[in-house]
Amino acid sequence: MLPIDYATLRLLWWAFLGILLIGFAVTDGFDLGAAILAPFVARNDTERRIVLNAIGPVWEGNQVWFILGGGAAFAAWPPLYAVSFSGFYLAMFLVLAALILRPVAIAFRGKLEAAGWRRAWDWAFFVSGLVPALIFGVAFGNLFLGVPFRFDDTLRVSYEGGLFGLLNPWALLCGVVSVAMLTMHGASWLALKSDDAVAQRSRSVARWAAIVLIVLFTVAGLWLAYAVPGYVIHGAVNTDAPSNPLNKTVVREAGAWLRHYGNHPWLAAVPGLTYLGAAAVAILARGKEKLAAFLASAVAVAAIVATAGISLFPFLLPSSLDPNSSLTVWDASSSQATLGIMLVATLIFLPIIIAYTGFVFRVMRGPVTGAAIEQRRHELY
Amino acid sequence: MPSIDVVDLSRLQFALTALYHFLFVPLTLGLSLLLAIMESVFVMTGRPVWREMVKFWGTLFGINVAMGVATGITMEFQFGTNWAYYSHYVGDIFGAPLAIEGLMAFFLEATFIGLFFFGWDRLSSLGHLIVTWLVAIGSNLSALWILIANAWMQHPVGAHFDPATMRMELSSFYKVVFNPVAQAKIVHTVSAGYVVGSMFVMSISALYLLRGRHRELAKRSLTVAASFGLASALSVVVLGDESGYMAGLNQQMKIAAIEAMWQTEKPPASFTVFGLPDAKTETTHFAIRVPWVLGLIATRSLDTPIPGIKQLVAAAEQHIKSGLVGYGDLVKLRAAHATTVPPDMRGPLGDLGYALLLKRIRPDIEHATPAQIDAAALSTVPDVPVLFWAFRVMVGFGFYFILLFAIAFYLASRRMLDQRWFLRLALWSLPLPWLAAELGWIVAEYGRQPWIIDGVLPTFLGASTEPVADLWFSLFGFVLFYSTLAVVDVYLMVKYVRLGPPPEAPGAPLRAALAADGN
Ligand code: HDD
Ligand code: HEM
Ligand code: HEM
Repeated sequence: MLPIDYATLRLLWWAFLGILLIGFAVTDGFDLGAAILAPFVARNDTERRIVLNAIGPVWEGNQVWFILGGGAAFAAWPPLYAVSFSGFYLAMFLVLAALILRPVAIAFRGKLEAAGWRRAWDWAFFVSGLVPALIFGVAFGNLFLGVPFRFDDTLRVSYEGGLFGLLNPWALLCGVVSVAMLTMHGASWLALKSDDAVAQRSRSVARWAAIVLIVLFTVAGLWLAYAVPGYVIHGAVNTDAPSNPLNKTVVREAGAWLRHYGNHPWLAAVPGLTYLGAAAVAILARGKEKLAAFLASAVAVAAIVATAGISLFPFLLPSSLDPNSSLTVWDASSSQATLGIMLVATLIFLPIIIAYTGFVFRVMRGPVTGAAIEQRRHELY
Repeated sequence: MPSIDVVDLSRLQFALTALYHFLFVPLTLGLSLLLAIMESVFVMTGRPVWREMVKFWGTLFGINVAMGVATGITMEFQFGTNWAYYSHYVGDIFGAPLAIEGLMAFFLEATFIGLFFFGWDRLSSLGHLIVTWLVAIGSNLSALWILIANAWMQHPVGAHFDPATMRMELSSFYKVVFNPVAQAKIVHTVSAGYVVGSMFVMSISALYLLRGRHRELAKRSLTVAASFGLASALSVVVLGDESGYMAGLNQQMKIAAIEAMWQTEKPPASFTVFGLPDAKTETTHFAIRVPWVLGLIATRSLDTPIPGIKQLVAAAEQHIKSGLVGYGDLVKLRAAHATTVPPDMRGPLGDLGYALLLKRIRPDIEHATPAQIDAAALSTVPDVPVLFWAFRVMVGFGFYFILLFAIAFYLASRRMLDQRWFLRLALWSLPLPWLAAELGWIVAEYGRQPWIIDGVLPTFLGASTEPVADLWFSLFGFVLFYSTLAVVDVYLMVKYVRLGPPPEAPGAPLRAALAADGN
């Protein structure tokens, strides 16, 4: 097999999971954001179609980051995939419903002229952006609190608490951070890809969303430092033991989620990038550098996801019911053989994917204009 | 252990959502390739009618893909939501092909599908043709990997049980990918998709010809569909036979159930064309048998015996007893925190799955009585009448498709496509390939019961431990949601078929000129 030890493979796969989540947030994030914004920045049929066609050629490819995130979690972190999806059962169902609605809303809306038909799909489109944005944030928030699950000795998982347990104030704050973040990102994209009125409105939304994001991100950081106790593995950690989450002791400690930043101050650069990116959006959104503003927004989005991942490390999914059952990077992975094979597959395909995705973005570059929309009524969305 | 309600509801939900997903999947597989073929003709001949065909069928393709993608997302996540113990138990092996499917296939298809619809005036015609081919290749690669995953559930090779992690782990990725069951399955299922796509194009073209509309487009489309459909229908049947051969080798219980073969027959076994299997008395009434045929299909020989259901149940009983020894070994290994399995324990541990069948009867399986072991062995028999009939209807359709496409091919090559009886027949055959494909999945999946992983993990253990109310909620939600979408989808399809190719499509002015050239 590969000359890479188990612990390193696990670290690499932790990083890949992060990369996939970032890929999802940075690409499909602007599609979700555009859906949230559509009712506000687009005021007539042509403007709505500008919004749809601004994401039209790319949203399907972007969505695969999410699907691949699920697939990679299944392959590399099977207990994480099993526990999180079944533990968040009803929340997952809501996300699924939204993600089922989205492709059909985008593809079907323009197929008929009737105003009622189009209005109904406009609503569906809006919901299909808002619900996942909110729930993903809420789910991340609950990771920091811990989820009420435990394993029995055959490693079967059971839970206490349901959908409403997820809706606590801290998690809702994370949900709002996520919505603000994706709104900023979607607005930066629309500012780049549309013209006239839609672009104008999107620019001011981008600016305000960036400012709101900076405030909320700061509040969340303080809350995390003072009011959300973290989880810590107690005693020595065997980083290349077989994956069995029951062989360790975990304790809760106030402020522990921020301990990495104290131990390795350079890591603070990651949340720092969030501020830098969001501030740049707030400044650039009004100017001519629309591409720069979008890239700054992408940096901020990536930095927020990375901040969450780094703060939780080495935990993937802490358990509030039985902290020893918590899933960590060191005891919730696939076997060394599977991680190795999947590493090879990823190293081959990820660069290819990035190359052809870049090609498609380049071919479709340039803003979507109202004139083009009117001209190709039957071909575009 | 999850309650039986949770297991049954999860099974129902999985079956409904998977069968629903598979209404759109085969059409995507077939139509994407047909589009690529049509566009290749356009690029080679430069005749605008072929581009018009690509755009027209492409619109219908777009409506279908939206539904295929929407329903596929459900499938990807349902393993985690509803089959959590399954995901833990086999994720080490099963997750890999699923993730590779995302890396290799979904990205390719989904990224280029945007260019397919939006790139007409941004790419050269050769560039656009390449994009169309990439979409077709992407969707076919996705079938390849998902079927490798599915074949592993039918015939779990290249894996072993690890007591330290309490799950199956990968021993040979090569064996998983080159699983013989996967190879037969891939060709059979993908060909079934091509039959669906060809029938779709043929039936709608027949409708246009019956109504005397869009004749140029319809005749050419029908000709392409007839030739592609004939090749695919032959491939489905020839390789369906291969699928049967593989099931005969590796899933003897499924073959015995499909054949309602209660007792081992003296070789070469006969094939029951018709009969009424009766599970209570373990006999098949009114059986009409064709000598030798089953022996040939399932073993490719005239002297290999094919075991009957009763003999297989007796064999299962032996596996259960051996599995109970393995279960005892497992308890010892875990108490000693062992990370390797001594060679003499490997055999019994390999039968662990059979012992787990007893968990449905009592949790402390080590105390099972002989009567309970008998009951567990009997539970390895799938639902015989359903398999018997589902299989026969599928096979019947298979031969019918060959005949229909052969007629179509003959008429098209003779330029005699105006036979109204044929056009009507082609039109009314539209739903049949979908029916055959769904029945095929019922044979494959329902025929695997009671196993979720054949011989390794019983289905009832695979489910998540979820409140029953949540399952009722999600099941009800899916049914409501999917039914509404089905109505909308069919409505749009019918609407766009009625509309036909848009009059202002590029190339329209040329159509009159082309009509003059005689075909
Ligand atoms: C990757 C694995 C996989 C794949 C590709 C498929 N299935 Fe499957 N199927 C399962 C994995 C599975 C499963 C998880 O193993 C189920 C759920 C419950 C069960 O017993 O098996 C199952 C059950 C199941 C059942 C019900 C059997 C029962 O519960 O008694 C049907 C009818 C189908 N499937 C049909 C399909 C269709 C139409 C598919 C095409 C999309 C399909 N399966 C693909
Ligand atoms: C239960 C197993 C299955 C899972 C988990 C699954 C998952 C998915 C997912 C997530 C998508 C959306 C991908 C995208 O966004 O492009 C999808 C679409 C697709 N799937 Fe499935 N699928 C399953 C069964 C199958 C089978 C058996 C086949 C083929 C034989 C298949 C072929 C396809 C194809 C061709 C698409 C492209 C979209 C379309 O249908 O129009 N899938 N599937
Ligand atoms: C003479 C004709 C046919 C034969 C002998 C045949 C045989 C089989 C067998 C034995 C299986 C079960 C494989 C397993 O359990 O692993 C199967 C499954 C299946 N069949 Fe057929 N079949 C025929 C025609 C058709 C037709 C016409 C279609 C659809 C157009 C079709 C679609 C399917 C599908 C989708 C499956 C499930 C996937 C799989 O397991 O391969 N079959 N077939």
